[in-house]
Amino acid sequence: MTQTAVTQRSERAVRKAGPGAAPAQRRSGRRRIALPYLLLLPALLLELLVHLVPMVMGIGMSFKELTQFFIRDWSSAPWAGLDNYRVAIDFDAPVGQALLKSFFTTCLFTLASVALCWLLGTAAAVFLQENFRGRGFLRTLFLVPYALPVYAAVITWAFMFQRDNGLINHVLHDQLGIGDSPAFWLIGDNSFWALLTVSVWKGWPFAFLTVMAGLQNIPRDMYEAAALDGAGVWKQIRHITLPSLRQVNQVLVLVLFLWTFNDFNTPFVLFGKAAPEAADLISLHIYQSSFLTWNFGTGSAMSVLLLVFLLLVTGVYLLLTTRGRKASDA
Amino acid sequence: MRTIRAAVTGAVTLSLVFAATACGGGTAGGSGGSNSQPKTLTYWATNQGTSLEADKKILQPELDKFEKQTGIKVKLEVIPWSDLLNRILTATTSGQGPDVLNIGNTWSASLQSTGALLPWDEKNFGTIGGKDRFVDSALGSTGAPGKDPAAVPLYSMAYALYYNKKMFADAGITKPPTTWAEVDAAGKKLSKDGKWGIGVEGSNLSNNIHQVFVLGKQHGADFFTPDGKADFTSEGAVAAVKQYVDLMAAGKIVAPGNAEYAQNQSLSDFAKNRTGMVLWQTPQQTFAAQGMSEDQWGVVPAPVASGAPGQGAQTNSMVAGINISVFKNTKNLDGALKFVKFMTGDEEQILLNKTYGSVPPVKSAQADPAFNSASLAVIRDTLAKSASALPQVPEESQFETVVGTAVKELFADAAAGRPVTTESVKAKLDKAQQQMPKK
Repeated sequence: MTQTAVTQRSERAVRKAGPGAAPAQRRSGRRRIALPYLLLLPALLLELLVHLVPMVMGIGMSFKELTQFFIRDWSSAPWAGLDNYRVAIDFDAPVGQALLKSFFTTCLFTLASVALCWLLGTAAAVFLQENFRGRGFLRTLFLVPYALPVYAAVITWAFMFQRDNGLINHVLHDQLGIGDSPAFWLIGDNSFWALLTVSVWKGWPFAFLTVMAGLQNIPRDMYEAAALDGAGVWKQIRHITLPSLRQVNQVLVLVLFLWTFNDFNTPFVLFGKAAPEAADLISLHIYQSSFLTWNFGTGSAMSVLLLVFLLLVTGVYLLLTTRGRKASDA
Repeated sequence: MRTIRAAVTGAVTLSLVFAATACGGGTAGGSGGSNSQPKTLTYWATNQGTSLEADKKILQPELDKFEKQTGIKVKLEVIPWSDLLNRILTATTSGQGPDVLNIGNTWSASLQSTGALLPWDEKNFGTIGGKDRFVDSALGSTGAPGKDPAAVPLYSMAYALYYNKKMFADAGITKPPTTWAEVDAAGKKLSKDGKWGIGVEGSNLSNNIHQVFVLGKQHGADFFTPDGKADFTSEGAVAAVKQYVDLMAAGKIVAPGNAEYAQNQSLSDFAKNRTGMVLWQTPQQTFAAQGMSEDQWGVVPAPVASGAPGQGAQTNSMVAGINISVFKNTKNLDGALKFVKFMTGDEEQILLNKTYGSVPPVKSAQADPAFNSASLAVIRDTLAKSASALPQVPEESQFETVVGTAVKELFADAAAGRPVTTESVKAKLDKAQQQMPKK
């Protein structure tokens, strides 16, 4: 049904009802106002239950001396004040030092992973914009990592990264002759690169999908006009594609950043409970601090610190990007 | 308009970040057991056999037998070893756990301290035939000294040295080693042409702990002071960890690839004639699953510094095994006690331990001829004479994590060719100790 048809029908209904229909009209008006809120209610309730309540409880736990002695009834744990926060940010002691190192590792890892995911995703989406034979097949193929269950995919990577029997060393060392001896990928310094590889492999199809959707909204005639004016492919990408994708990219980079920064599944499945120091991402680090050393209070304090950091980064990012958008709108 | 935009920005920020970092929470469980659901029980068994499915096939007929005897239906869930501790912790926090569960015996004191498990006082032990039915060493791993045990021993195991007969014959070794010096000498003869002396599981935190705990005993260290404080940097503890990692770093009798092993890959190497020896607890089933018949491997007590295994510095194994516990807030306390009685009864003990290749912790069941075979006799003797329980302190589980991780990192150094020195070992252990909860 078109918009015009809907308007005409409601106008007819109003004319037919006449002046005596005012209360009924008000009732239906009120109903119409309430409807969106009613529809939102289940989502709001779930959000409250799934995210807000545990988060508030987590904040409460961070001020308690919560160890195994109290997990059965955590509300009875003694008050710790800011002690857990002091332990978490005492960068002269091993716990704080390890947290800080893990934080920097995560920052570096996130920057590299988001940059590579965006670059690969955008390149692939632009490449597949043109119609050619096999385009459909390639589009499907590129989405495979996104469609696979994370656990199955990462465990396969873990097998491939095994030093003695893995495919990676078979290709790099046995076939291409790189290195004197097969490298370790799941322990030691190389573990960072192994983790980055899996993260990018897993994350870039989302960038690809998002950018591809964004590209559909750019009118073809802009490219045709630019081509007529003598703009080449690079100029078209620089002056049409990238500026038109700005808003899509803003959301894409933010979502990729948050997902990557908090990624727990990839390092957990790849390395197990104790990640190597070079690939000790902060989410797994907090898990270790909470669930393996049973310092739930300190773990919660670390989670709250992470939450504050992400809130700040996300807030500043959104502020900057919306301000930039306002300026460009004006 | 500006206000709306600001509100939307705020809402989006919050929801995105909340979605990204939800902190965990939990509620308190009830206290004490009851009998409000007398006809059902939930049982968490840990993975003992070659797979979860194999365990289900082994256990289900026994549970059916129990149902026939008592009319109580047991819902079975077999939980992989790697998930078990977390699942128990989650159940403790939420109060929504099984009625009866298996635990690793080294966790007894840690789980006891959470207060989630039913204490086995005189009365409760009385319902399953009394404490005297069980072997002393197995009872030593059921909770902190001076407190009512938090668990009952179910399957007992101990470490022994398994050797590959073909590889030994090919290397001209006639006598299996019984001391560390002999292990080193045999390892050096075996380590050539892509084959190696002994296998380790360098990335398996629990296994690392078992090995360094025993070596600690041999060096006169316990990793905890008598009053229960962490003591990871004593001379003996450092020497123990260094000795273990040096099998790879200095002795060069362990393949560097073993540093990333955590899934029993060393047993596979052993079965494929790539590694001559492994220190393991009851690997018979896995050897058979890898196509190795009983005549292809031999077993001797795990090595000591010199002489024969015994107590103190002659300790050659930790008391390994599985305990059975009752969740304190079970809705079927009587049924749970009946089920523990059934599982620790002579008939089930003989049947299940025979199937799993372990030794019954119940004295009368242990006397069965099935446990007189050469390989099980070694385990039985070790448990009786020369095995020690891991420290029964509430922080045992954390000790496994932090010291196990330190050993894993030291193996990674050794595998990468970086030096492993007394100082580097001490630094790692010092870091581990500072990660322990303060007392």
